[in-house]
Amino acid sequence: MEQLKLPPIDYGALLPMLILFGAACLGVLVEVVVPRRARNAVQLSLALLSVVASLVAVVLERGTRTITIGGAVAVDGPTLFLQGSILVLGGVSLMLIGERSIERGGVFVSQAAVTAGSQKDAQQAGGQPGATEVYPLSVFALGGMLLFVAANDLLTMFVALEVFSLPLYLLCALARRRRLLSQEAALKYFLLGSYASAFFLFGVAFIYGFAGGIQLSVVHEAVANPQRSQVLLYVGLGMVAIGLLFKAALAPFHVWTPDVYQGAPTPVTAFMAACTKVAAFGALLRVLYVAFEGVRWDFQPVLGGIAVLTMFVGAVLAVTQTDLKRLLAYSSIANAGYLMVGVLALNDEGLSSTMFYLVAYGFSVLAAFAIISLVRDPDGEATHLSKWAGIGRKSPLLAGIFTFILLAFAGIPLTSGFTSKFAVFGAAVEGGQTWLVIFGVITSMLLAFPYLRVVVLMWLSEPGESTPAVSIPGFLTSAVLGLGVLVTVALGVVPAPLIDLTREAAQFVR
Amino acid sequence: MTINPYVPIVGLLILGALFALFSVSVAPIVGPKRFNRAKLDAYECGIEPAPTPIGGGRFPVKFYLTAMLFIIFDIETIFLYPWAVSFDMLGLFGFVEMVLFILTVFIAYAYVWRRGGLNWD
Amino acid sequence: MEHTFAPATGVLSNIWLLVAIPLASATILLLLGKRADRWGHWLGVASVAASFVLGLIFFLNLSGLDAAKRSAELSLWDFIVVGDLKVDFGLLFDPLAGVFVLLITGVGSLIHLYAVGYMEHDPGRRKFFAYFNLFVSAMLLLVLGNNYVMLYFGWEGVGLASYLLISFWYTRPSAATAGKKAFLMNRVGDAGLAIGIFLMFTELGTTQYDGVFNGVDKLAAGTVLAMGILLLLGACGKSGQFPLQAWLPDAMEGPTPVSALIHAATMVTAGVYLIARSNPIFSANETLQLIVVSIGAVTLLMGCLIGAAKDDIKRVLAWSTVSQIGYMFLGVGLGGGAYALAIVHLLAHGFFKANMFLGAGSVMHGMHDQVDIRRFGGLSKHMKITWLTFGTGWLAIIGIPPLSGFFSKEPIIAAAFEGEGWQPWVFGGAALLGAGLTGFYMTRLFVLTFHGPARWTEDNKHPHESPAIMTIPLILLAIGSVAAGGLMASTVPDWLTPVLGEHGEEHATVLPHVVLQILGIVIPVIGAGLAWALFRNGTALEPEPAGVLVTAARRNLYTDAFNEAVFERPGVYLTRALVFLDNKGIDGVVNGIAAGIGGGSGRLRRLQTGFVRSYALSMLTGAMLVVGAFLAIQLGWLA
Repeated sequence: MEQLKLPPIDYGALLPMLILFGAACLGVLVEVVVPRRARNAVQLSLALLSVVASLVAVVLERGTRTITIGGAVAVDGPTLFLQGSILVLGGVSLMLIGERSIERGGVFVSQAAVTAGSQKDAQQAGGQPGATEVYPLSVFALGGMLLFVAANDLLTMFVALEVFSLPLYLLCALARRRRLLSQEAALKYFLLGSYASAFFLFGVAFIYGFAGGIQLSVVHEAVANPQRSQVLLYVGLGMVAIGLLFKAALAPFHVWTPDVYQGAPTPVTAFMAACTKVAAFGALLRVLYVAFEGVRWDFQPVLGGIAVLTMFVGAVLAVTQTDLKRLLAYSSIANAGYLMVGVLALNDEGLSSTMFYLVAYGFSVLAAFAIISLVRDPDGEATHLSKWAGIGRKSPLLAGIFTFILLAFAGIPLTSGFTSKFAVFGAAVEGGQTWLVIFGVITSMLLAFPYLRVVVLMWLSEPGESTPAVSIPGFLTSAVLGLGVLVTVALGVVPAPLIDLTREAAQFVR
Repeated sequence: MTINPYVPIVGLLILGALFALFSVSVAPIVGPKRFNRAKLDAYECGIEPAPTPIGGGRFPVKFYLTAMLFIIFDIETIFLYPWAVSFDMLGLFGFVEMVLFILTVFIAYAYVWRRGGLNWD
Repeated sequence: MEHTFAPATGVLSNIWLLVAIPLASATILLLLGKRADRWGHWLGVASVAASFVLGLIFFLNLSGLDAAKRSAELSLWDFIVVGDLKVDFGLLFDPLAGVFVLLITGVGSLIHLYAVGYMEHDPGRRKFFAYFNLFVSAMLLLVLGNNYVMLYFGWEGVGLASYLLISFWYTRPSAATAGKKAFLMNRVGDAGLAIGIFLMFTELGTTQYDGVFNGVDKLAAGTVLAMGILLLLGACGKSGQFPLQAWLPDAMEGPTPVSALIHAATMVTAGVYLIARSNPIFSANETLQLIVVSIGAVTLLMGCLIGAAKDDIKRVLAWSTVSQIGYMFLGVGLGGGAYALAIVHLLAHGFFKANMFLGAGSVMHGMHDQVDIRRFGGLSKHMKITWLTFGTGWLAIIGIPPLSGFFSKEPIIAAAFEGEGWQPWVFGGAALLGAGLTGFYMTRLFVLTFHGPARWTEDNKHPHESPAIMTIPLILLAIGSVAAGGLMASTVPDWLTPVLGEHGEEHATVLPHVVLQILGIVIPVIGAGLAWALFRNGTALEPEPAGVLVTAARRNLYTDAFNEAVFERPGVYLTRALVFLDNKGIDGVVNGIAAGIGGGSGRLRRLQTGFVRSYALSMLTGAMLVVGAFLAIQLGWLA
């Protein structure tokens, strides 16, 4: 019988992903063989080690520009940059996930399936060590994200989407406190996520019908010389975009974000806010720039409208929030809008500035959630705004760091929040999307208000009876905080090196 | 005359349907009818389907767990069949891939086993 | 005129220290926390004083250079490079910046010193000084930047620090509200500025001052107009000019006179600075100049009218600030030689307004924080120094020669009468009328506070003079109020020539110059005399019912009501609508209509439970809209 001919495979280019998937499988094995007491340390080291190894692999591959395994994966500048960003941000999130000193047993529950509110549940909330499965799950998710930003055909992209989504759904359900909220968040995320995935898949089918292939380059060809009805193309593009917009949390596909951000364990929220954003926008960039660049004049107004809506929804609704995690969720929605402004520039500047924004925002948001995880009362984290009144008097350092991060979110100059917004807006102006920039500026002015309200609340209010204690951060959380602040300052004052890096990387292969 | 390749499939479909119909309709006619309470129970295992408990009833989650595990492992091993059929074409690369595949299934299996997913209680 | 800046050399290459020293001090004060409580305020004073000394050294150095090369541009590092847009992190010390640096650090030092005494018993004094230093640092960055992005940095920093300073007295709900209002109004202005900067970048490809100014000539008139209006919006927001004036008086109400002053004497001048700095843009378009002049005229009259009806000593001063900045806008709008006149008035105003604000603080200090001028009276006997110093400020602002206000205001009035057609009559008339009204309301304030019968409240029987640390700055500022105007009126315009251009030939005024000069003295004196006659014997303890105009003025000419109706309510409705949609989802709307038709309330209640499905429905609606929009485009319905 005739041998099937293998497509060439560039294992070097795939190595970062292979390392993570291998390490995740190994992590599952660790659950099997390593005794319970040692598991946390082993798992954490394994996860961090694999992330570092993967990062090294990315760095070693930095010059690679190739399409491999039969066109399924493209490893090029944006891929490598985004993979690097995901790995760095993911590693930092893992440090938050690995923090065990803030609460007895960590922030994760030991058995998520136990009925919420039952006696057994109360028992395990009391200090049973948390599930260590979170590490392999996170590593699987990271691997999926790496594949997501590298996927060069729509089906690989779909598989990657599922690979990184499923662990996230699970992770959301693992909060030690407020079990019901956590389970609700996971279920909502899962249901709506599958719903959005269905749209994506349906869209892929339409695109296949239009282009006769699912590789992005094939789609690009077909867009340039359409052979079949363009209705297929537009419906397909719309639906594929919806799947991606959902993950990126753009309005009106943002509805899950506040609930999920609030219910998920805070380190997982941080992970989602930082890494999922990078992955989702990475894929969105690739799909729009590589496959559908030919119909840019058609999708720019539609997606531009979505960006404007997103910025407004995020900014306006952030004003009315009373829960910090929800506030940050709406702020992340608004930030998705700003990122979209950068994406819609549809030029190299748009690509590089969006990537810069993703990194800058990722670090700030990780630090923000790290701080939220520190402010606790007997019921767990005290996320209600009223509890934060006067916290600046109790622990000035922490409140100072949080103030700084909030100012960065508000886009005050000399923080990364300013430079990144400036970069995407500048790119959009260059790309002829001035109208988006006008809305961007207006909403960012609006959005500064809720942040400053929190700042004033922390510093200028008297601490009340119920002002919660602030936990002493463990080594891992301190490291995350330090790193977040450092990067936010550095990218605010001397952003040039990273911008240069993104510019060097800003070229897709087709 | 060449026969349409789909005709045998249709034939098989009809045959299968006929067999099912025949078995179900013949059993009450030829079998003995002796009442036994146990016969009304669900076969071998499972929960009482009737009368429906208030609010739809709460099923022990173990059933789902077992069913889910079965489906996962069952579906995954079905993957082995097409591989076995086209083993020659796939060659050494296919073999290595399949070993890796089985290895991952094994890891999952080991995990489920150790974490007590296969125990009933 | 070709705009180029000489690179900074020698001593002038250290101008970054001006910004860095107060910033470092603010950082230290914030980071050290309570440990710095005992000496923190002195660090604050020292840092601003050091900046002042440095500023003076740089200033003298600059004056030693050739007039043509009198500028020092210092590029610290490439800040952002996005595409063709390259933004320098750079500073520029030229005559205009130099004047502002001296004003900010000089007045700033005095306020700092005064605040040491005024805030003595306040537990939050250290933090106050930290914000204060932050403010000075941001303000210096604003005037020292060599491009619009740097200016925007300072602009935002000033806004942030002022928000913190206004909200500092959080125990008073009015302070919190005022902070919010200031923030929102400033945001409107900031948005204008930011969009203007992006417009600059789109049209000119740069935001560096030299690049922008050299490129303005090549732009279409409409573009220049748009750019100018956007910058003007920013300027109006920061400087409390019509239609964004409402926040400024409110910001004076909550917090101390100290923070009130920092706004009055320094922050609000940022708008004037912006326009003066952008003079090539504003001079390039006549419509633009007309808009600026109109805003100035409207604001100055508005400030006078409202100021005359207020009873809160700080509010009167606040509205008088609004009105005086109106004069400055009038000046920069007239263009040509009047740019320099506006700057002179700005500097002179810095002295006498600081003097009066601190005087008001001193009065309040002696009167247990009483602010109602109907409750003062006869204080001249008890607070001699405050009375005398406040008196110089009063005479100066009215424009009595030879005090500084006369030298700074009269030329602006005269300049407003230059030209042909209806404009000189309208704007000159407004300026003159404003001068008369200024005489009236400032005299009312002065007489009711220091003269006439004492109308003190029961618990306020023993007013006393303030301590030396508060009166010394008062005396220094009073000297400035007397002498500064005369000195600066002759020197500053020449000094600013490299930045603002030649004076140009003198245009003819529609009235002889001598007549204007006489009117400029007589009309304020009439206003003042009228007020003296009316209020010599005190006034009622409570506001009495009054005519339409007074009532309108007491209510800020209904601008607050207007703002509320036009800006606030729609915003609130928008938020509510969005919250409603977000909470209930589209589902809620769809079912809500169904329930309304069916009239069943049970159905409505049931909506509340189905969150996920309502989310899913809103996503589906969104999906249908997105796909529909694509199809519509494809079928040519849109685009």
